[in-house]
Amino acid sequence: MRSPRAHYLQVVKHTPFHTRTHAANQLNLWHRWRDYTVSDAYFDVALEYTALRNACAVFDISPMTKHRISGPDALPFLNRLVTRDVSKISEGRVGYCVWCDDRGQVIDDGTIFHLGQNDYRLCSQERQLDWLVRSALGFDVQIREETAEIAAIALQGPTSAAVLRAMGISCIESLTPFSISVVDLAGAPLMISRTGFTGDLGYELWVAPTHAEQLWDALFEAGALYGIKPMGTHALEMARIEAGFIQAGVDFLPADRAIRTDRTRSPFELDLTWLVDFNKDHFTGRAALLFERTRGPRYRLVRLDVEGNKPAKDAYIYDDKRRVVGAVTSSLWSPMCKASIALASVEVTRGSPSDTLWAEIYYQKELKWSRANARCRVVSEAFYTPARRKLTPPPNI
Amino acid sequence: MYEREARCAFSRRQTSLATGQAVGSRVTTRYDAIVVGAGHNGLTSAAFLAKAGLKVLVLEKNPYFGGATVSRELHAGWIYSNCSYVCGLLRPEIYRSLDLGRHGLQVVPYGGGVGFTRDGDVLGGYVDKEVKRREIARYSSKDSDAYLRYGRDVMRQCRLVRSLLMRTPPDPTSLKPRDLKEMLYIGGEFGKLGEAAIYDTLRFYTMSIADYLSEYFENDMVKANFAGSGIIGTALGVYSPGTAYVLLHHYMGDVDGQMGAWGFARGGMGAVSQAIARSLQSMGGEIRVNSPVAQIVTRGGKVTGVALDNGDEFEAPVVLSALDPKRTFLGLLSEQSLDASLVKRARNFKIRGSSGKINIALDGLPSFPALGPNHPLLAGDMHFLDSLERFEKAYDDFKRGTWSKDPYLDLLMPTMTDPTMAPPGKHFMSVFVQYVPALIEGRAWTADDREAFKKTVFAQISRYSPDFEKLVLHAEVRTPQELESEVGLTEGNIFQGELTFDQLLFNRPFPGFAQYRGPAKGLYLCGSGSHPGGGVMAAPGANAAREVLLDLRRPTTVPGSWSDD
Ligand SMILES: Cc1cc2nc3c(=O)[nH]c(=O)nc-3n(C[C@H](O)[C@H](O)[C@H](O)COP(=O)(O)OP(=O)(O)OC[C@H]3O[C@@H](n4cnc5c(N)ncnc54)[C@H](O)[C@@H]3O)c2cc1C
Repeated sequence: MRSPRAHYLQVVKHTPFHTRTHAANQLNLWHRWRDYTVSDAYFDVALEYTALRNACAVFDISPMTKHRISGPDALPFLNRLVTRDVSKISEGRVGYCVWCDDRGQVIDDGTIFHLGQNDYRLCSQERQLDWLVRSALGFDVQIREETAEIAAIALQGPTSAAVLRAMGISCIESLTPFSISVVDLAGAPLMISRTGFTGDLGYELWVAPTHAEQLWDALFEAGALYGIKPMGTHALEMARIEAGFIQAGVDFLPADRAIRTDRTRSPFELDLTWLVDFNKDHFTGRAALLFERTRGPRYRLVRLDVEGNKPAKDAYIYDDKRRVVGAVTSSLWSPMCKASIALASVEVTRGSPSDTLWAEIYYQKELKWSRANARCRVVSEAFYTPARRKLTPPPNI
Repeated sequence: MYEREARCAFSRRQTSLATGQAVGSRVTTRYDAIVVGAGHNGLTSAAFLAKAGLKVLVLEKNPYFGGATVSRELHAGWIYSNCSYVCGLLRPEIYRSLDLGRHGLQVVPYGGGVGFTRDGDVLGGYVDKEVKRREIARYSSKDSDAYLRYGRDVMRQCRLVRSLLMRTPPDPTSLKPRDLKEMLYIGGEFGKLGEAAIYDTLRFYTMSIADYLSEYFENDMVKANFAGSGIIGTALGVYSPGTAYVLLHHYMGDVDGQMGAWGFARGGMGAVSQAIARSLQSMGGEIRVNSPVAQIVTRGGKVTGVALDNGDEFEAPVVLSALDPKRTFLGLLSEQSLDASLVKRARNFKIRGSSGKINIALDGLPSFPALGPNHPLLAGDMHFLDSLERFEKAYDDFKRGTWSKDPYLDLLMPTMTDPTMAPPGKHFMSVFVQYVPALIEGRAWTADDREAFKKTVFAQISRYSPDFEKLVLHAEVRTPQELESEVGLTEGNIFQGELTFDQLLFNRPFPGFAQYRGPAKGLYLCGSGSHPGGGVMAAPGANAAREVLLDLRRPTTVPGSWSDD
């Protein structure tokens, strides 16, 4: 065995699926997701995206940060940590949540998996051990980062349920959105959660790293008749913007990383008011958020339907009087909506659905740069939410 | 005809060491401005004044210029960075404005750092931040995560400090519009920090580095790994209040926008002063070496010029001193010509020497078994104290009047990065040593002391590199005594005065003299003894030049600071 000290020799690690993702990555396009290398694209971004919305696609989420939280005070601890009421996430269920610093500014968003009695997993974009351990003072809980101990993969798209059926996994008939079930995969437990980052029908599958390759092979074998394809981060990014999901470091700055403290956002400013529950016991940031509710937030996150066909990348947002009121954080030409769509952060006085906003878009065709001022319509719902996402039992195609 | 006053003892002692030779004639030559001391700050002041069209002369006591920013070949084929050895603080605004790149300066980042433990392990500060995080996690997974919070808080404070580097500190007691404006500016920058960081600021300037690190880290090795920056060049221990700021002083630089990063000046630190000197000369400025200044000559409260040890005189209505405040106020000026309390202030100025330096020519690359061959961190900075307790014990020795027997070393082999400093396959090793007192139990250093000091340091290195000593071809040993006699740093203090809160900003060097103006009209202070302090930063020199030009009612040539946003 190599000494643990020699880890530096492999600067970027391989996920448990690497032998498979490597073989599938025809374009040899990779990028770094913290400790690991993951595929940007495997064969063609548009076709990978199409597989996701038309059949199904597989995305390696192993590098996602995972913490295990257990012990007698696990629930009170989590309830003090996040803004929503965790007691409403019953065993076998998953809940989306955000947590804030004392100033009510969002540190990160993530999902809480209620795995068993007093046993939870917190999945997040950023590493949280320092904050979790500091938040655990006075609570009888154990906290452990378990990112490397679990291999995880997302199977998303209209035929995803069909693939699992073909694998003989019957529990998916009754598996409702945000529910968890554990089945057997060749003698090892395979956890299935009906969750994802695409806004589509889909699942996330969790196994021990030793069984990762087996899981990948089983999926692709069963999925052959259902159009299964591997999908890289570029295609996923398209799907998550269509679904209107925000991403840490892109649509908001994690509060505990902010050097310039005025750059952070509260849950209200990220259109996550529904996640803040003032009726439960104390949680970190509660007083600050109560104050903000009376004083009013400074910003709001808006979903924009942008006129024309140019993606509004990094665009300034103007109001009717040509005053800069915000900026785009995520943007996309949406193949599903056949529209240019964007997420933007704007001053709170602007961006109500009746407002007209303008995006100043710079784009180039064959090295010639042009500028467009595109009218933007504020939309209140996610850009794309197919009905199959919520149906139980899930449709086959 | 001139008011010649008795010079204070150390000025005479120091100048007698220079190989003073007659330059110029007895006939005085007139300049618009004269700078005393060709360290990098003196040269910087001169360059900005020359850029403004002034006729400038720089006078240097040594046969070479650069002061503590110097490269010398003391062993054939090897170029040492004799004093300062890493470059990160040098203000990029100055670099650009004096066109230092075109004048031959190249600052290159180097690769990381490493701490060795007594039980044969290492804590690698790898360049890659994920690898570094995994490395810290080998000691404590919580600390590996806390490192991000630590980095954030330090960066917040650095932003505040950085915004003040290229500005003249306001006098908080003054009602002049400029001082009021500058106070408002500082207030504004302070306010921008945000609540948490505002509270933090006061703590930062008053806490010990040990206490500060304990707010983030639980593991002693991890703390020890960061503690060194809090005591470098400082006569305080890791548990002494005030050391947290010293750490900040070492983090506020950058290499190409990479905040907190350090690099090498290609060819050794002397490349910095050489490039500034070339820039100065390209604008008509003049540098005279072997010209120890004995006295700043004043008449009726006004500067008229300087006189050298050999009696030569140079006239100028403006004189800038790049020497430390003690040498300027108590040496170049006479105590009798100053106000009583000012003399007291100057005498009380804290300038304790606490560091030594050993520069070594090596016949080959020493091995560090804990790293193994070809390890990337052989190119990084190396440290050998693995607990705060060892730091404190090192300080205990210093308090007892001797050098640390288990010293803190900041060891680098610049030749792992820079191919110009030694023949291929050979190496230059730069060893900075903390703590080393100016006097041994109250008396001067002897040759035996120096030899024993060298032995202590070599033993510390050999503990982690058994074949190191066999490779030594030549070593230059510099205790505070040499730093004083050769470089002209009083008591050997590397920063021309300690970087404690009582001697910073509008209190540097003392109240009433923080705006670079000396006690006589036309006299200016431009060395590290002035705001923002020591290090190869060039900011004191640039700021002083700005004040001179302001007084002369000339348009300034000194750049303002670039925004961090
Ligand atoms: C051992 C050591 C290591 C250091 N390491 C680093 C480092 O790695 N990085 C960093 O950024 N900083 C470092 N520093 C600090 C940094 O080098 C100094 O703060 C900086 O070089 C001081 O520059 P200066 O121009 O203000 O003064 P000096 O460099 O001290 O210049 C003063 C000049 O005046 C001359 N002089 C003195 N008396 C007379 C006289 N009577 N007449 C004429 N000339 C006179 C001197 O010879 C000298 O050339 C180190 C310092 C030392 C001593």
